[in-house]
Parts: sequence; structure tokens; C-alpha cells
Amino acid sequence: MQSTKKIRVLIAKPGLDSHDRGAKVVARALRDAGMEVIYTGLRQTPEQIVETALQEDVDIIGLSILSGAHKTLFPRIMELLKKQGLTDVMVFAGGIIPEEDVQEIKKLGIREVFGPGTTTEEIIRYVVENVAKKT
Amino acid sequence: MATIEEIAEGVLAGDKRSVAKAITITENGGSEAHRLIALIYPHTGKAHILGITGPGGAGKSTLVEKIVREYRRRGKSVGVVAVDPTSPFSGGAFLGDRIRMQELSTDEGVFIRSMATRNYAGGIAKATKDAVKILDASRKDVVLVETVGAGQSEVEIVRVAQTIVVVHAPGLGDEIQAIKAGLMEIADIFVVNKADRENADKTAMDIQAVLQLDDKERGWKPPILKTIALTGEGVGELVSKIEEHETFLRSLEKNERAFLMAETELVEAIKEKVAASIVFGLKKRERFQELLKMIIDRKIDPFSAADELLRKMGVE
Repeated sequence: MQSTKKIRVLIAKPGLDSHDRGAKVVARALRDAGMEVIYTGLRQTPEQIVETALQEDVDIIGLSILSGAHKTLFPRIMELLKKQGLTDVMVFAGGIIPEEDVQEIKKLGIREVFGPGTTTEEIIRYVVENVAKKT
Repeated sequence: MATIEEIAEGVLAGDKRSVAKAITITENGGSEAHRLIALIYPHTGKAHILGITGPGGAGKSTLVEKIVREYRRRGKSVGVVAVDPTSPFSGGAFLGDRIRMQELSTDEGVFIRSMATRNYAGGIAKATKDAVKILDASRKDVVLVETVGAGQSEVEIVRVAQTIVVVHAPGLGDEIQAIKAGLMEIADIFVVNKADRENADKTAMDIQAVLQLDDKERGWKPPILKTIALTGEGVGELVSKIEEHETFLRSLEKNERAFLMAETELVEAIKEKVAASIVFGLKKRERFQELLKMIIDRKIDPFSAADELLRKMGVE
């Protein structure tokens, strides 16, 4: 029997960033790599992000943030994911996140942080390899 | 890993994670999907299924958000399936319908799922009707399907929804052209959105003119409503009309569309099972490859080749 599995990705923008050019570039690149990308727009709350991940049954979440509020928002998002039983959903982040914060962020369970200058190829490869490992 | 039985139980109990996983299973297809549908099917048939279609740019997503809010105001729970096209080149999809509905994400009485067509034709995905059944079985009062931006031939929604709302807006091109055959025939309710724009009245009149050319006897005359989705104006009346249509359908002695839907599903199920087992078997034969070469060399046409393979199997 034929099965057509697709990688489902949520690209989410927590906080009050005023533009989403970067997130959209990543979303389009992942779409061009054959994935189904759910993009939910600007100004998402942690609650909205986690609810969306739940309802859309995504394999992986990419958090895009430019405002510097990652130290407040990321822990809240990871806490809610745990509360909803979504611990098997992988999370990566990108945007403007200082090097010195990366270790702390990884301790929360966010697996990778892609700073400015990361190529879309790197991100695509990362998602494909890690989602494959899950199944 | 939950079993199919556990997921089905979760769906019937209204557990969101189960609903989400169930929809994924049906999107991926195969025997697991069939088993899941078999388990939940007896619990379907209660929700009112609504289809929202129309050309891209008419304001469907914005209108859907307002329709859901109105239903919530009336105390009803809603499931939404928002469909976007899969790229024929990459096989991927950008699913952005949720952007206009995100405030509803945290409403416990609303479940929203974005679906890619995965190259199924007709404006919806193959698994859309399965997602509808799952949301129905999870006790949603209303299930709303938003199709891809539809032109003239994306009318598969008629096999899935009980009430079909066709949304148009002024200035989307030659008015009559934009509402050709397919969409005109399947609409139960017409909406002219962006009614604050110039030519909204003309758009409504154009629709009326085309409707008048249709002299078929119908129990239900499709009304033409005006809305401004951005502000919510006209949405109350729209939802009331939708509920009126639901009542009308229940009053029918024989619901033609219900028979059409059931026939479509049974035929599609038969085709799928036939294709899976028979085609799979035939492809393995040496003769299959030989016939492929003959088709390319124009020594035989595909139908005659199929006849030969099937005759050898004993199928006429």
C-alpha cells in the first residue's frame, strides 16, 4: 500500500518582531525542499505556537526571533511543549541570538541555533537528517 | 507509540493530540488509515459540513475566521480544514491560511488543521474528507473546509460538504468569467465579500444574471449575500443562512447530495483497493516491462496493453 509521508514543519515567530523576511526565506526554502511548512505570521504567543504544533502534528518547530526576547520566550515555549506531551517534537531556533546565549538555550532542549549567515541548505539538511532519525 | 485503536478512542473522546495524529495517519494513507476510518465512521454524520470556496483574493480566510467566531458566539464548536496547494515541482507546500485565524488557536472549542493538496485535483486534498470525518467524530458541531483559491474546475468540495458557500469579491477580473460553470452550479450561498468596494453591487447583479439563466427546479434558491470580512459585517446573516440551509437539507426526503457523496467514497475506496492489489501484482510481471517498451515504440496503446494484462488475470 502506498504511503506518502511528508515532513511537516512549523515556522513560528514568538514575540514582537516587526518583520518576518528571514522566517519566510527559511519557510520557502523548506517548501522547495519538499516539506509542508506551516507559517503562522508575526506576534505569536508561546501558547499559540504550542497549540499550533499540537493541532498540525508537526515533526519539528523552527523558532525565529529578532527582538532579543528569547531568554523569556524560549523557556516558556519549551515548558508548554512538555506540558502538552509534545516532547517528541524537535525544536531549533534562528534569527538574532547572541553566541553567549546559545549554550543556555540548548540546555532548554532546543537542539540547534542557526545564526545570521546560515545557508538555507544547512537548515534543510538539518531538518531532513533529524526528522529521519526520529522515524 | 499509540495504537490505531487508542488513537480512535482519543478522537471519540475529543482529545486534540489524537485528532491531530489521526489526521496525519489519513494523510499518509494505507491500511492504517482505512482501519482508523472504520473505527470512527459509526460516530460521524452529526456535524454540519460547510465548504468555503471561491477565487484567490476574495477574502476566504478572513471570512472563515469571522464565521468561526460567529459560530462560537452561538455556542457551537468548530473544526476547520484549510487547504493550500502542493507545489507540483518540489512536492512541498507553504501552508499560510492559519495566519488569518491564529487568534482562534487557543480557543478550546476550535480545532484548525492546514492541509496540502498533495497534488490531488479539485481544490481539496484526498484526505480532506477523512479529516472532516475525524473532526465530526471528535464531536465538533460544525466542520468547515476552506478550499484552495478556486477557479472554475475546483469543485471536488461538492463531494465533501453539505452547504457550499462561494465567495467572490469585486475587481477580481471579468465578473462573469470569474464565476463560470463549476462554481455557479455547486453554490448553495453566494457571498460578495469586500462589499465596501466599488462595483460590489455590480458583482452581485452579475451573479444574479447568471443564476437566472439556470431554470432548473430547485427547492433551494441560492441567495447572494454581501459581507465585509475585515469588519465582520454581514457575517451574522451569512451564518443564519447557512443554518437555514442545514434545516432545509434535513427536511428533504432524499438527500441527493448525500447519495452522491456516499457513491463517490465507495467508488474511490474500490478503486484504491483494486489499484493497490492488482496493479502492484501486475507491475511485478515481466510482461509489464515488455508492454512498456511496446507502448513507447507505438506497437500497442495503453488501453489494449491493460486489457492484455487483465485478461491474463481473468478480469474482463
